[in-house]
Amino acid sequence: MSLAAASLPQSLRQRLLGATAFRVESLFVLAALCGIMAVLSPYFLSISNILNILLATSVIGVLAIGATFVISSAGIDLSVGSVLALSGVVGCQLIANFDLLWPVGILACIAAGGAAGFVNGFLVTRGGIPPFIVTLGMLGVARGFALVLTNGLPIYGLPDPIVYIGQGRPLGVPSPVYVLLATAAIAHVVLTQTRFGLYAQVIGDNESAARAMGVAVERHKTLLYTLSGALAGLAGLLFAARVNAGDPTAGLNYELTAVTATIIGGTNLFGGKGSVVGTIIGALIMGVLQNGLNLLAVPSFYQQMAIGAVLVLAVWLDRINAVQGWRR
Amino acid sequence: MSLLELVGVKKSFGAIEALRGVTFNVEAGSVVALVGDNGAGKSTLMKTITGVYKPDAGEVHFDGVPLADKDPRAIREAGVEMIYQDLALAKMRDVAANIFLGRERTWSFLGLRFIDHKAMRDEAAAMIEKLGARVKSVSQIAGQLSGGQQQSVAIARALTFNPKLVIMDEPTAALAVREIEHVLDLIRRLKTQGIAVILISHRLTDVFAVADRIVVLRQGEVIADDPVGQTSMAAVVAHIVGAEEPAREGAA
Repeated sequence: MSLAAASLPQSLRQRLLGATAFRVESLFVLAALCGIMAVLSPYFLSISNILNILLATSVIGVLAIGATFVISSAGIDLSVGSVLALSGVVGCQLIANFDLLWPVGILACIAAGGAAGFVNGFLVTRGGIPPFIVTLGMLGVARGFALVLTNGLPIYGLPDPIVYIGQGRPLGVPSPVYVLLATAAIAHVVLTQTRFGLYAQVIGDNESAARAMGVAVERHKTLLYTLSGALAGLAGLLFAARVNAGDPTAGLNYELTAVTATIIGGTNLFGGKGSVVGTIIGALIMGVLQNGLNLLAVPSFYQQMAIGAVLVLAVWLDRINAVQGWRR
Repeated sequence: MSLLELVGVKKSFGAIEALRGVTFNVEAGSVVALVGDNGAGKSTLMKTITGVYKPDAGEVHFDGVPLADKDPRAIREAGVEMIYQDLALAKMRDVAANIFLGRERTWSFLGLRFIDHKAMRDEAAAMIEKLGARVKSVSQIAGQLSGGQQQSVAIARALTFNPKLVIMDEPTAALAVREIEHVLDLIRRLKTQGIAVILISHRLTDVFAVADRIVVLRQGEVIADDPVGQTSMAAVVAHIVGAEEPAREGAA
């Protein structure tokens, strides 16, 4: 029977991928993209270039992990690029002006991002304003605030331990890659094995059902935006540490890349289902794409176009799949 | 003392008075049918009991304890379950996750709590089997089940945690005749187990088949509250539509 034949690979697929729930196609896309780039540029598969890709992916990856939680809940956070800049600036300024210990600087970055995220969450849940508008507003406010704090100029000179977080290479691998892997591992467990992660997805799936079954929906959403902001703060720390400066223009348009990475990884744009593993694959796809276009000396203006086109294409393919009733 | 007591419950949405002082009781182990036209306030009233809405005025006591300041989670803990008309399922989660939604089994490690997927699957499977529901596997995604199967999941969720009162909002509206009998049997079975049921239904034949009392709600007020033996279908219809006298032949 066709039904039995169809259900066998389905169950195998579920067993293999059940917990990770990422879009298998994204792995093929990543492999194909790597294949094409390897053919086009002999330098692509060199160790140093692969490490470059991983380094470039780490900041976007951390942002995209936050986006995975928010988008799973049928929300969106467009402010992460600006919050990244604001967090980096706040952390650097506190360290420079008050001679704070470097661990306090790290916490300050994350706390600044978390505070911006909390404001987002508060306005979405208490103000009843659509997340698209709230976080678009924050995109402007956080960027502006970062520029005001610094008069538009980068703050240079971070303590060595923080610079090491951005530029160090334990065992030859850039330290931001370790930060990304650790963040991803924790986030994966939280999303798949805890109530926090489950409720994020259930809120995106059926918000009124979540509320009726006793989930504190408003509180949970506020926490999700706070988490997204805190991860943007962590990304801001990584960015500042890598360039050894708090740059108010850092992370411009990163929200576009982060959301794209999340969607092509298989997180449902309309909520209900998210995958950290998929998001990391998505972030790698974006990293390989940008790196490959750089190697091929494609002007960066075209890269912007490519990222935007990939986002729309990913959602379009998703719609086609949904219409055909193909569901993982 | 009654299991559930509502006294003068009022609820407005802007200028619209959905509930204008509702008073009625539900005894333990009894089946109370709540009927009324669309917009009479039935669903608002039920959501006020389950804590989704806060009443503007009046009191709700369950088991002698006021519910007014409790949230939906605490009200479920107290023993009130509701099977919503739209079933309130997370369509992208599996059957087990839906049955345990809001009450996940967890295990602890270093003070952190993790979801115990296996325990939930095992208990959910046992519950589904006990109910005789035809759901193949508790790992199936809820959205991929048939309407009747989805309702079984919603029912299993309501009954898994030993409720004292189960509220059913139009449980038979979307079902085939044979499935309706299953639901009515289930209501009778709950009654014999001492579980009270509030049945919201437009199908008066179902109401008269299982209810002990019929409460009619019209424009946010209780306008009739009679034991099923002391009223008639014509009288109930007349109350629902607001006719002064019991409806004449053909008027319903």
